[in-house]
Amino acid sequence: MGATQPQRLEVGGAIDRSRLVELVVDGTTVMGFAGDTVASALVANGALRVGNSIYRGRPRGILSAGVEEPNAFVLVKGEHDESMLPATTLELVSGLDLRLLDGIGVLDQKPDPAEYDKMHVHTDVAVVGAGPAGLAAAREAAATGARVVLFEQDFALGGSLLAQPDDLVEGLPAAQWVERVRAELEAAPEVTVLTRTTAFGSYDSNHVVAVEKRAEHLHGTAGDGVSRQRIWHVTAGQLVLATGAFERPIVFADNDVPGIMLASAVVGYIGRYAALPGRDAVVFTTNDSGYAAAHALVRAGATVQVVDARDGGPGERVAAAATAAGLTVRTGSAVVGVDGDVAVEAAWIARIDADGALVGDAERVPCDLVAVSGGWTPNVSLHSQRQGALHWDDDLAGFVPTAPVRDQHLAGAVRGTYWTEGCLVEGAAVGQTAAAAVGFTREDGCAATDLDVAAVDEERAARAGRTRQLWLVESREGGYATHFVDLQRDNTAADVLRATGAGMRSVEHVKRYTSISTGVDQGRIGAVNAIGLLTRLLTGDDARAIPPGQPGQDERVGAPGSAPDGIPAGGAPRPTPGAIGNTTFRAPFTPVAFVALAGRSRGELFDAARTTPVHPWHVDHGARFEDVGQWKRPWYYPRPGEDMDAAVARECRAAREGVAFMDATTLGKIEIRGGDAGEFLNRVYTNAFKKLAVGKARYGVMCKPDGMVFDDGVVLRLAEDRYFATTTTGGAARVLEWLEEWSQTEWPELDVVCTSVTEQWATVAVVGPRSRDVIARLAPDLDVSKEAFGFMEFRETVLASGIPARICRITFSGELAFEINVPTWFGLTVWEDVAAAGADFDITPYGTETMHVLRAEKAYPIVGQDTDGTVTPQDLGMDWIVSTTKDFIGKRSYSRASHQGAGRKQLVSVLPVDRSLRLPEGAQLVESGALGDYTGEGLPARPIPMLGHVTSSYHSQALGRSFGLALVKDGRNRIGQTLIASFEGRFAEVEVADAVLYDTEGARRDG
Amino acid sequence: MNQRELPEHPDFLWANPEPKGSYDVVIVGAGGHGLATAYYLAKHHGITNVAVLERGWIAGGNMARNTTIIRSNYLWDESAAIYEHSLKLWEGLEDELGYDVFFSQRGVLNLAHTLQDVRDSVRRVEANRLNVVDAEWVDPQQVKQLCPIINIADDIRYPVMGGTYQPRAGIAKHDWVAWGYARRASELGVDIIQNCEVTGFVIDSGRVTGVETSRGRINAGKVALCAAGHTSVLAELAGFRVPIQSHPLQALVSELHEIIHPTVVMSNHVHVYVSQAHKGELVMGAGIDSYNGYGQRGSFHIIEHQMSAAVELFPAFSRAHLLRTWGGIVDVTMDASPVMGRSPVDGMYVNCGWGTGGFKAVPGAGFAYAHTIATDEPHELNRGFGLDRFVSGALIDEHGAAAVAH
Repeated sequence: MGATQPQRLEVGGAIDRSRLVELVVDGTTVMGFAGDTVASALVANGALRVGNSIYRGRPRGILSAGVEEPNAFVLVKGEHDESMLPATTLELVSGLDLRLLDGIGVLDQKPDPAEYDKMHVHTDVAVVGAGPAGLAAAREAAATGARVVLFEQDFALGGSLLAQPDDLVEGLPAAQWVERVRAELEAAPEVTVLTRTTAFGSYDSNHVVAVEKRAEHLHGTAGDGVSRQRIWHVTAGQLVLATGAFERPIVFADNDVPGIMLASAVVGYIGRYAALPGRDAVVFTTNDSGYAAAHALVRAGATVQVVDARDGGPGERVAAAATAAGLTVRTGSAVVGVDGDVAVEAAWIARIDADGALVGDAERVPCDLVAVSGGWTPNVSLHSQRQGALHWDDDLAGFVPTAPVRDQHLAGAVRGTYWTEGCLVEGAAVGQTAAAAVGFTREDGCAATDLDVAAVDEERAARAGRTRQLWLVESREGGYATHFVDLQRDNTAADVLRATGAGMRSVEHVKRYTSISTGVDQGRIGAVNAIGLLTRLLTGDDARAIPPGQPGQDERVGAPGSAPDGIPAGGAPRPTPGAIGNTTFRAPFTPVAFVALAGRSRGELFDAARTTPVHPWHVDHGARFEDVGQWKRPWYYPRPGEDMDAAVARECRAAREGVAFMDATTLGKIEIRGGDAGEFLNRVYTNAFKKLAVGKARYGVMCKPDGMVFDDGVVLRLAEDRYFATTTTGGAARVLEWLEEWSQTEWPELDVVCTSVTEQWATVAVVGPRSRDVIARLAPDLDVSKEAFGFMEFRETVLASGIPARICRITFSGELAFEINVPTWFGLTVWEDVAAAGADFDITPYGTETMHVLRAEKAYPIVGQDTDGTVTPQDLGMDWIVSTTKDFIGKRSYSRASHQGAGRKQLVSVLPVDRSLRLPEGAQLVESGALGDYTGEGLPARPIPMLGHVTSSYHSQALGRSFGLALVKDGRNRIGQTLIASFEGRFAEVEVADAVLYDTEGARRDG
Repeated sequence: MNQRELPEHPDFLWANPEPKGSYDVVIVGAGGHGLATAYYLAKHHGITNVAVLERGWIAGGNMARNTTIIRSNYLWDESAAIYEHSLKLWEGLEDELGYDVFFSQRGVLNLAHTLQDVRDSVRRVEANRLNVVDAEWVDPQQVKQLCPIINIADDIRYPVMGGTYQPRAGIAKHDWVAWGYARRASELGVDIIQNCEVTGFVIDSGRVTGVETSRGRINAGKVALCAAGHTSVLAELAGFRVPIQSHPLQALVSELHEIIHPTVVMSNHVHVYVSQAHKGELVMGAGIDSYNGYGQRGSFHIIEHQMSAAVELFPAFSRAHLLRTWGGIVDVTMDASPVMGRSPVDGMYVNCGWGTGGFKAVPGAGFAYAHTIATDEPHELNRGFGLDRFVSGALIDEHGAAAVAH
């Protein structure tokens, strides 16, 4: 291709000819200019051909100049390769190294080192699209002083004006007009203009999601901290959609050969980029707009023949003007095929009849470019994502919005207004209306322009120039196997025909049978043409099987008893596109990189880890950590040379024989206040709290309505109207949500307020026979004697250090234990003070594993480990905690049949006969003899009934053996039985025993 | 399989007849379950005077919107039995239907990221094996061998601690499965009637005798509801209630990429489940939207969270592009298990509440439901899934226990 840019016009375009930019395409260097896209640079180099088609391997060329491109996909190499980017939207920057793709991308397996971030913004008015309508709207809204955000996906403002820089707008050349508006907007203090920013999603409450490309166009000079892309969440009081329209290709034989290009793209390449797609052109159009391409080509020095499918009537005026300008115009004709494989060599042109069939012989016209215009489709994606209504407009030959969504406005080509002055009037009008709707009007009290919107409405159809709805052009040879409808998916008219022949009636089925509209362009190229084809293939009888409810579908379709308008029952095969409707428009409007949506929620910030104030100490002391909920909890503290078992054994011995301490800060903590706090807790816990004395603590269990254990913890009564409840570490958030749900939606009459105080308190548990000595040293003012400080009581005191503390006498190990609660910022100090105070007793830090062993020896369940949402307090052996006198959530479930009689799984302990065998947690338990001939090899021949499973399993220092907790069917009646544990294809005998294995008398808790 | 070669569909799929005045069985809802039920009614029970009524287009609800994961590694006996039976039917389905539905037994990995995940996973594997369901516990290195693109580094936020693997699990092309059933049912004489909304039921002395539709009254010997979340609406018309809530559940796809993901990966803890379909698109499910509703769309923050999880586990997905998002409506019961059996109205049957698990159950559910309708008695496979369990309390609690999304 070299550096010559042979197809670059001498003058014109919005490119910066002083800045030559080099890119590499499949190893070949190509030159372009700043202001080019990759596609326009390729066009300037005469390189229309891009990759091959996905399934049929047919050579393909650049079809469009925008986001609807179905062919020209590239892989951009770099720090992290990115695939499937349309060359037509890729800004030319230095250093681009590309590979042309054949419709399938290649994912880079390296991590993406770039940064991505997000912005959350509220604005009065958001405007999507900076063509004439959007600019006019933004300008008017900005003039009122309203906050305005303007989104433009392109790197330049102007939209359709970019292709026609010399057209006059408000007396100025278009390019100058755009610059003037840009300057006005930039000068306005409350206006944010976001170029390279695609609004891709529209959600309820005018929540618009957009992605901004921020770095690559800066040629690596973006600097540190500038994200590569940014997701914008913009919530707008009013939203203006000025999103334009897409041109459709025409379905004829071999309509995918490189050199066949949308007419509007031809205009754009010439006008904006001064790049000439072909020197000998045929323009094939069904509407007026194709003539713009013809004139542009002529001005650029190309030879042009116009083929207008319309015969007289609507096309007469433009055809006559073209003829007057010296163009050859054939009306009532079509391009019925092309010659050429990797490039167009000639077009075959013939007269066609009303059905698109050839009349007479076709003529071969040598050419290197066929510009096509099959009519226009308003870009209604964002409108339709919000369920905005559409209808088929026969004059405009497109699906157009019926009315804007609430608090939204439509202006310009999105509603079929296809001329600049009309766009300006509509844009300005909705700009004013939108601003006014959020309370902003111009201070000068007058409208800036004379806005005759009614005149625009009247003129719209005439201005569009009636389009011939030519959905299919017959070929010379017959057949439809190269009449491409969806170029990206390689689907043809033959595929649509096959779909209807197979019984498909719904446009959704045709989409799925053929895969039309499932590509990156999401049907922008093929959807309406496919719908148009259906209007030719289906009959009135067929229509009764067409279900209603598709976007754009006439609501009368599907009404009982009658065929819809346009489809005479049993009659002629001429339903309208409105009888068929569109497939659903979904976000995103254009593709967005996964990683951009992840934003900063990656790596460490994927789910920010929560740590306690003591965390640095744990790290310094070699703790291994366990993830519990979002928290990092010390799991165990191995000393040099110790494995986990050794460390846990040592920690357990310390807690049972001396003194040990653990960081219990992560437990969820909720304060419940109000005159009805006691009543509220009575209803959510299975046991009673209303009469709990101030200064006392009580363990409680809460259940779901099905009676199954949901969470547990100790509750302190701080005052008559104030309780302090702890939850499991992982359950804190859901417990608070649970309490809020009940207090707000079920019992709003109760005076109760719940507040999370998890982050406000640090908690140090001091455990073991010597714990009293340690607490006595720490809290000299506190009488820690058994008599003065009873079990399940708490005291407020001031520690020797001067730190105020709340000390509780509660235990989760069965040992004498205290929990010191202090404000979080004292947590580390108090922890270190505990360590110092206990040093003489060889106080030992322990982690969650030791905690689990100690509590399991006492059969204290861990909710979520020993329970799984199917376990009641009674199943856990805690009938004593279930009140029989008061009502509470879940109580009624206990009267159901499944809670009566035998068969429930109950918590018991299991003792492996091999005392050294520690069963895997999760091992299943079966009856002796249930295994039959199953050896553990492979799978059994038939299901083997299971009695339950091992929920917890450890080696016990105190017992000198392994043990487990298990949920076993009728477990308490099986105590003494031997069962088989099944795990890893092995089996082991276990004896069922009472759940509590250690200190069954409960003698140790008082020291 | 070459991702650039696609099989050709059959030339003819189903007929679109006008509804008759009367049928032995009217099935309400032509999703995967309704169509499979019609097929098995005709094939196994000789009942061919059957209409499947569809208010929209067939298989246009959750059948068109799911992420196509097929597996049977459920925890509880009842669930394992019906899903495993379904999986066995899947294994013969392409032959039975004469349709290449891209059924691919590429295995499903359920990752564990916490110690409790590990306990739950081991428990499920051991239960699966005793229930004759293929299942293995795999360590992080084995995870990496099964799916080389997973990040198993131990310095990520929630490192992969292992996972469960069901080799026989996999995916299939959802639309084609429904069409395959529709085609065979249509061949056997079943009338598939689209654009036919049921607006009421004709109930005589506690027994259903017909349905009112947008295309007139249709008499019916038996009526079988197969309408997922909209079963609530239909049941209300028939005078009873079903204990289901409907939530949006979003899913998404990327554009096509060369195949790099050989299996199906699900992670409950970081909320991602993803496979790469035959054509090359990444197919991914998101978390459930928390509010109730019938709108087939959800909130965008759910998608953003999903993308974070995807990139965290699969760095290779960083610059894959979100191409399309959509929503289905999942009909969720309080125990995350389906409802299938007789209803309080004689001659009327319910099949709903499959939540996020309906697709994989299509063959098994159709098989068992057809039996239930034909014999007026539940099959062994669905005996435990009757409405009565919500009275007795004999729930089959899969979400509490299995801790695995679908």
